[in-house]
Amino acid sequence: MNALRLKTGLAEMLKGGVIMDVTNAEQARIAEEAGACAVMALERIPSEIRAHGGVARMSPPELIERIMGSVSIPVMAKARIGHFVEAQILEALGVDYIDESEVLTPADETNHIDKHAFKVPFVCGCRNLGEALRRINEGAAMIRTKGEAGTGNVVSAVQQLRAVLGEIRRLQGMREDELFVAAKELQAPYDVVRDVAESGKLPVVNFVAGGISTPADAALVMQLGAEGVFVGSGIFKSEDPARMANAIVQATTHFDDAKILADVSKGLGAPMRGIAMEAIPEQERLAVRGW
Amino acid sequence: MKIGVLALQGDFAEHAAMLDSIGVHPVEVRLPADLDGISGLCLPGGESTTMRHLIDRWALRQPLLEFAATGAPIYGTCAGMIILAREIADGDEPVLPLLDVTVRRNAFGRQLDSFEGELPVPLVGDTPVRGVFIRAPVIERVGPGVDVMATLDDGRVVAVRERNIVATAFHPELAGEPRFHRLIATMAAEHDDPGEGSGRRHHPTRRAGSAK
Repeated sequence: MNALRLKTGLAEMLKGGVIMDVTNAEQARIAEEAGACAVMALERIPSEIRAHGGVARMSPPELIERIMGSVSIPVMAKARIGHFVEAQILEALGVDYIDESEVLTPADETNHIDKHAFKVPFVCGCRNLGEALRRINEGAAMIRTKGEAGTGNVVSAVQQLRAVLGEIRRLQGMREDELFVAAKELQAPYDVVRDVAESGKLPVVNFVAGGISTPADAALVMQLGAEGVFVGSGIFKSEDPARMANAIVQATTHFDDAKILADVSKGLGAPMRGIAMEAIPEQERLAVRGW
Repeated sequence: MKIGVLALQGDFAEHAAMLDSIGVHPVEVRLPADLDGISGLCLPGGESTTMRHLIDRWALRQPLLEFAATGAPIYGTCAGMIILAREIADGDEPVLPLLDVTVRRNAFGRQLDSFEGELPVPLVGDTPVRGVFIRAPVIERVGPGVDVMATLDDGRVVAVRERNIVATAFHPELAGEPRFHRLIATMAAEHDDPGEGSGRRHHPTRRAGSAK
């Protein structure tokens, strides 16, 4: 039995799709109906977490179960960084994927969860290649760039995706002996670094999250090389969530066809308002969580 | 030869890579016009509800049915098998009712119930197939014209063929297993250029007693 293949395999099935944050069964059904390939069950979407303040924790089990019972597509849920007991609880609930997420308040400022110890697969956030490879080494079966959740601003997502893919391209141009130093600089195991240099891609599926709020945003990161997108506040904080959700699904599939993108971008109403990055103090940025 | 891969959502890149590895030129199919010039088609794994949505939005249903009616081979894995089923247990309307079977989605449960196992598939050779089942469906009813290609130990049907349509609940494209794609490529070549004596499209793979 190749346990990792089953974990990464589900991520392969999600590719080219949109994973949507939902906070109740009704939103989950709207997301499924709109063509989401999975949903993320949450008590509060990131923009609400941002506004609410306090400690953000794993969502209540009964909320997650209600959402699991309301849709046939995979259901993901978030555990705090390093909070392996929240992860054990989510696994016991039978969720399909756990997101060890910087959107929640970290439970451990040094260690992430040992994800090899679980049968359920994990997705983890990253801002650069080093973070991605450390998470993969800990057992993450899927990676997403973090972006800056709850802002409706795609700028961080773009910067981080370019960072990850740019660093991979840089590795590809290196001599074998230079990869040792690269591994040291990336703070990632040499074997994983060498594999990435050889294949030119991460060994797991790579999605983009944090700030996607229009079909054009989704197509932008797909054209840059993302394999799919997470959309949080961008859907249920827009004027017409069902329509926006559907348009983002269409744009993620037809990301390379500007005529279709123009077509699906029509008649959507207002997207979420969004926040400029300068308006968010450094200590309130979520993407810096995780190490 | 060109074989299409429905590239709306799912692991279409893995199907394309598999086709490429056996010397077939893969073509990503997102719109009806993409079907021009291909000799066969793979429907990948992914989320069948998402694919259903995208098939309808871009008016692919009729062109895909017409493509199937030419006799060109179509191979569906997992979600692709659901898309091809004439009946989907518990509710959902069929998408491309090309295969006379009833399919149950997520038949084994959730991701924690995903599994791998070896299973004999005599049609593709003596070496067993490494079956990767991810939130997989099963076939609960098999129509009279359908050949069962593989079952699990408990008898549940996980691979079938009906004329030019092949479907598996598992993912050969994730297991480095090229024999199903080779079968499709062979069927596509036969479809493109029917050999002598095969004007009546007989099915050499049908075994006596295998049809229920």
